[in-house]
Amino acid sequence: MQLKSHHLLGLEGVSRDEITLILDTAFTLREILDRPIPKVPTLRGKTVANLFYEPSTRTRFSFELAEKRLSADSINFSSATSSTKKGETLKDTLRNIEAMRIDFVVIRHASAGTPHFLAQYLDSSIINAGDGAHEHPTQGLLDMMTLREKFGKLEGLNVVIVGDIEHSRVARSNIHGLLAMGARVGICGPATLIPREIEKMGVTVYPHIEDAVAEADVLNVLRIQLERQKSGLFPSLREYRALFGITRERLDRRGRDITIMHPGPMNRGIEIDSEVADGDYSVILHQVTNGVAVRMAVLYLLAGGKSKLEGEDNG
Amino acid sequence: MAKTEPMKIGKLLLKGGRILDPSSRIDTVTDILLDKGKIQKIGSVDAKSFSGKVIDCKNKFIVPGLIDMHVHLREPGREDTETIDSGCQAAMAGGFTAVCCMPNTEPPIDCRGQVEFIKERAEGLIVDVHPIAAVTVGRKGEQLTEMGELVEAGSVGFSDDGTHIKQSGILRRALEYAKMFGRPIIDHCEDPSLSEGGVMNEGFTSTVLGLPGIPSISEEIDIARDLLMAQFTGGSVHIAHVSTKRSVQLIREAKSRGVSVTAETCPHYLLLTDEAVRTFDTNTKMKPPLRDKSDQDALIEGIKDGTVDVIASDHAPHAVEEKDTEYDAAAFGIIGLETIAGLMLSHFVNKGILTIEQLIETMTVNPRKILGLPSCAIKEGENANLTFIDLDSEWKVDKNHFLSKSRNTPFDGWELKGKAIGIVNKSQLYISE
Repeated sequence: MQLKSHHLLGLEGVSRDEITLILDTAFTLREILDRPIPKVPTLRGKTVANLFYEPSTRTRFSFELAEKRLSADSINFSSATSSTKKGETLKDTLRNIEAMRIDFVVIRHASAGTPHFLAQYLDSSIINAGDGAHEHPTQGLLDMMTLREKFGKLEGLNVVIVGDIEHSRVARSNIHGLLAMGARVGICGPATLIPREIEKMGVTVYPHIEDAVAEADVLNVLRIQLERQKSGLFPSLREYRALFGITRERLDRRGRDITIMHPGPMNRGIEIDSEVADGDYSVILHQVTNGVAVRMAVLYLLAGGKSKLEGEDNG
Repeated sequence: MAKTEPMKIGKLLLKGGRILDPSSRIDTVTDILLDKGKIQKIGSVDAKSFSGKVIDCKNKFIVPGLIDMHVHLREPGREDTETIDSGCQAAMAGGFTAVCCMPNTEPPIDCRGQVEFIKERAEGLIVDVHPIAAVTVGRKGEQLTEMGELVEAGSVGFSDDGTHIKQSGILRRALEYAKMFGRPIIDHCEDPSLSEGGVMNEGFTSTVLGLPGIPSISEEIDIARDLLMAQFTGGSVHIAHVSTKRSVQLIREAKSRGVSVTAETCPHYLLLTDEAVRTFDTNTKMKPPLRDKSDQDALIEGIKDGTVDVIASDHAPHAVEEKDTEYDAAAFGIIGLETIAGLMLSHFVNKGILTIEQLIETMTVNPRKILGLPSCAIKEGENANLTFIDLDSEWKVDKNHFLSKSRNTPFDGWELKGKAIGIVNKSQLYISE
């Protein structure tokens, strides 16, 4: 089996079989990370351009490591400014980079749909590393991998995503992926950060954190961006913590096990308490390890599709 | 290949067309004899004894010249995207004998000199250009323009289109003052404190796409204010590009109270919904944004019952690089002069949703009434100002053949049935095939 598309632009529309293929592949490849020499020649000769138009440490390192473990060559570009400012257009930049002969583009950009826009012009495989508030498919995949590792399967799990849903690409990719895999998805957060008509995506909205904590098997806790307070979407971080913060007391009141995830970086003491982040409930560092494995799997599978095509051309 | 140049006409016989003019209550198949730019005779003329040019109009409608009351010609300032000349070429190809150009040029049309400049540039063109001047100096929303002088120079209405009139106090004075000249204030209704940062309709699709939303309330709350103000002042307000269901309801209700309000919508709000944004094609990005199915249905209902008076294109040319970019960064607006008549004929008249009379009302009779322009009646002795319509013509929209300088249309490749195939105006004739 192969992936249908030679890009990974999002998890919307990606089938259960394809997600299973990626996760199975990721579990196989993860073993490489524990070898004394954690490197295989699989992608030797392939070149990846990592383009981060938004600040990122974790995702950028994770992609770069995944590329190195598979022996791909990578070139990196980071900039906090987008092409919306004066200067060369994004399309021109990308076409120039592609003219240097590359195979993959990993792109993070503040505008939703940017990878889709570029996909019209580029022959390279494009991997979306986060586009605005739209999707972050590899994060969705690594979250699902972590849950499959912990629970054995995703079907029937009740996962509640907590926080700023409106501005979260992590939330959207998780919703698409988890629903495709047969899990239940809830969302919980201030009413000002719950986008309109989100129930139509097939999720349950929990207005109160207590109900979410009581019913969920898993809480995926999102980072709250400080600038949202400034734009008047909630009154203060203090009140945010009081109403939606994941604290030890809230979890203890539940009286049975729960799993806590966070895509990072965390605001300790605001959306999540240190005791919770570092406690037995947390699988946060597993997520980070699995992130490398999932990105290796995606690169491997997308390259596989391409090698086969090249083979056919030669024949 | 389409002809792109109009020709001067002397004596011209339009043979056997169906002459349809709801304002003169004419609907008959006969001939029209034109001479020196005027309609000399309506009735049977023997072609054999006629010495001038004859056009066979069998199975074609001849209707009063269409007018598009909401276009952006971009001159002065952005001549790279459109000029008065190229915009009029596009209007001609689209079947219009007149356009009204919005004042958000650089510099804006806010003084006599600017209006005269436009009139001068348009002189001799087959398409009449009626400038709409700014409501406030520099479109800044602070000080009223010299409306008396602007009307005298030829402006037919006032608008700060592109932005709304922020201060209710200024709107009040504008309505009161423009009333002295019998001209409407044309308002772009949008409360920016509700729409800021938004790039598409706020709803299920924006939620899935993660694109910042423009809620329908940002339009409706401003319309509600304008309606109350029009009632209070007795002035006339024309609501530009209405896009939502509740806007239609508000306007319908105000009309029933006797408020002097008129309204317009555009074909894209009738034919596309925010679902079209799923492709991230930036030609789905405009203000107000594409809304949903229920809004679409309400707008069509509004046209049928007369709540929505006018169909206009909001022709908004943009350079390729302003559109060929990330969705957030792309300019708002699409062009429409060369597609509007075909879209309306194909999707509404030919499908039996609107009658051709309703289309003529909304695309020439009503806008002329709103702006105080002569009616272009098809009558003996009147100036010949005509549009030819072929309901059976099948054609495909091809943006590369547009006479506009810009290409930003979401309708490229659409197969249409029905076309405005030509015009007569100012002793000139244009036929597209």
